[in-house]
Order: sequence, then structure tokens, then C-alpha cells
Amino acid sequence: MSVALEATWIPRRYRVAAVRPELPDTVSLELDPESGESPAFEPGQFNMLYAFGLGEAAISLSGDPADRARLVHTVRAVGPVSRALAGLAVGASVGVRGPFGRGWPTATARGHDLIVVAGGLGLAPLRPVLLRVLADRACYGRVVVLVGMRTPREILYRAALDDWAGRADLEVEVTVDRGDADWRGHVGVVTSLIAQLALDPRNAVAFVCGPELMMRHGAAGLIGAGLESEQIFVSMERNMKCAIGLCGHCQFGPAFVCKDGPVLRFDRVGRALAIREW
Amino acid sequence: MRVEELGDAVAGCTRPVEFVTGEYLLRVGAPADECFLIEQGRVALEAHAPARPAQVLATLGAGDLVGLSWMLPPYRWACDARAVRPVRAIAIDARRVRERCDADPRIGYHLLQAVLRAAIDRLQALRLQHLDVYRGADP
Repeated sequence: MSVALEATWIPRRYRVAAVRPELPDTVSLELDPESGESPAFEPGQFNMLYAFGLGEAAISLSGDPADRARLVHTVRAVGPVSRALAGLAVGASVGVRGPFGRGWPTATARGHDLIVVAGGLGLAPLRPVLLRVLADRACYGRVVVLVGMRTPREILYRAALDDWAGRADLEVEVTVDRGDADWRGHVGVVTSLIAQLALDPRNAVAFVCGPELMMRHGAAGLIGAGLESEQIFVSMERNMKCAIGLCGHCQFGPAFVCKDGPVLRFDRVGRALAIREW
Repeated sequence: MRVEELGDAVAGCTRPVEFVTGEYLLRVGAPADECFLIEQGRVALEAHAPARPAQVLATLGAGDLVGLSWMLPPYRWACDARAVRPVRAIAIDARRVRERCDADPRIGYHLLQAVLRAAIDRLQALRLQHLDVYRGADP
């Protein structure tokens, strides 16, 4: 087996260096390689995290792409593997394969206005985009971050969002589906915020990530604001197993989400997103 | 939405208005004589029930029309609308606009299309909100 194939198929051991509780069912794991440094990754790529004895799950990279010393993955406990991963303690061992897939085209966005639309845990794969953009802020035009969450108590990365909202060079708007007595922000779906932006559609690129229904509505809102499908990118989620386009579990129309995505241009997937699967 | 999109029906029937935080633009059950197109600020649409704090159904911002019930009888507002940030808006005299639409169905139809588009957008947003898509369906 070649070295490249080994890196693809055989998990490397990482150690949990820190566990950051984000929400009652969601944590961010900071992982250090047991030897060497982590491979470089692009915002929007994912790793296969292996909970030893249970199995693997595809989890987006949510840390700083400039940090080669430490990986960050935000994990929501929804199934047996993700529950085991979210329950790992500092010092525990975890297997990592990756990074895999095509990420957000941050190079395409350079020189343009960037509209980031995130829903729920969809903010996690977009966090590395924002960290990269902020590290090189002068290379981008207007940067707008629209975030939709379920309730004020379920706002992911709240401290980071508060920091970003305080910056003069970022426009950050957070909305929740249901407010509470203390919430003074937006109430409603994140896609409603798009119409409130005075966009220059000729000069904009949009990155959208969240539940598929939200992405479909988000893309429709962006198109309604004058963007073309070719200016909109979405991050797809499917059941990924091999992560290298061999097993077919993640096939979505003509694309393998693991290999051709997870980030895909909307003109490639827009029609398929409207097809009823159940 | 821009005021021009409402067409000839509203020409000469508008005036600039401002609301401070906490001020009500609409009150449920009150006569729907004047609606508002937000230019800047934020407005919460609220429903209230006895012995409970008011529930925010949605917030509206720049380009949103506050008040949709003015086109149809009984011409009464269906919910409260309160400024949650200072608001600058264009007030539209709904009575005069209705009279003008009755007199000229062509401009009335144009206006109806614009208002219906706003209503459909609001309905779609509420449907999505109701689906609770962030619960267990995230990447």
C-alpha cells in the first residue's frame, strides 16, 4: 500500500487536548496528533473521526485553517458514533482520516463581497471561512454573516458571534426561530434577512450551509436578490462511509458528496435538491 | 420592497414617519388605516394572550411592509407591531389607497400583486420557522 493510500484508509491517532462545551448536546473537540503535525485543510473539508470500537462519522473541520498544530471539530451528539465522540474526555484517543472533499472556494470570493448564510450547526463548517477571511480581511469586499438558530439558548459559537458583531469590517445578524423574554434580536428564518440586505449582486459570492430545506430557501432568497446560481455555494450532507468516492453511499445525482463536495455550486445541485426523496 | 414597487396606487398617499423603541406601529383589532414600509430599524410582530408575556412571531426590517390586513375587510390589524429598534418608515394612507384601487382596478391589481408577494414571502418564512429545521437535521 502506498503512503497516500495509507493516509486515506488508515486513521491516525489523535489525542483530545480540550473539550469545549458549546450547547447541551454539542461540543468542540480540540485534537492534537500523537506524532507529527496535522495535514493542511481547506475550509469546508471534513475528517472521518473514528470512535474506536464503534465506527466513523464525517465531521466538518471547524477550526482555524492556519493552525497546523491542532484540529477542531464541533460534534453534535445525534447517533451512537457522534454521541461517543461528543462524550470523549481530555486525553482520550480518537482516529482521524482526512481531510476529505472540496471546501468553500475562498479564492473565488477574494475581491468580492462575501455573503455567509448559516443555519444551526451549519455554522461549524463556515467558521474556518470566517477565520481565513478575517486573517486576510483587506482581500475581500463587504462581508456579511447571517446566522439562524433555533432559540437564543441554542446559539452556536455565541462568544465568537458577539466578537464578530462588534467588528466594523463584518456585518453579523443573528436570528432565532423562537425568541424568549430576554431576546432583543431578530425572530424569523435566516433567509428572511437576505431581503433586508442592500446587495450588489454582480459582485457577490454566497456560501450557504445548514439543513437542506434552509439552504434551498436561502439560495432562492439570494437568487431573488439578484445573484446567479453560479455565485452560490452550498455544503451538502449525505451518509459518508469511505470518504473517497468508492462506496457510493453519499451519491447525490451525478456527484459523490464526499469527493465532489461537500461544497457544491448551486447550479449543480439546485434541481436535485428539489426532488422529493421520501 | 421599495415604495416604487407599490405603483401609482400609493402616489401622494405617503409620508415619512419615525418611531422610537417600544412604540407601537399597529395594535391588534385597531382600524387598518395606515400601513408602513420600513426604511431602517426593526419591528416585532407580536401576539399576546392573557397572563402571558407577548410572543414575538417575527421581526421585520428594511424593505418589509408592516401591516397586510388593510386591503381586505374588516380592515382591522391582526397583530401588534412594535418598534424594537428606532424605526424610520414610509407611512401609507390605506384608506385613500383603497379608494383609489376601487376606482381603478388596474392600479389596484398591480398593488395587490406587490402586497401578495410580501404576504407569500411572510407565509413561506413562517412555514420554514414552523418546521423547526435545526432540530436533529443539521450537518
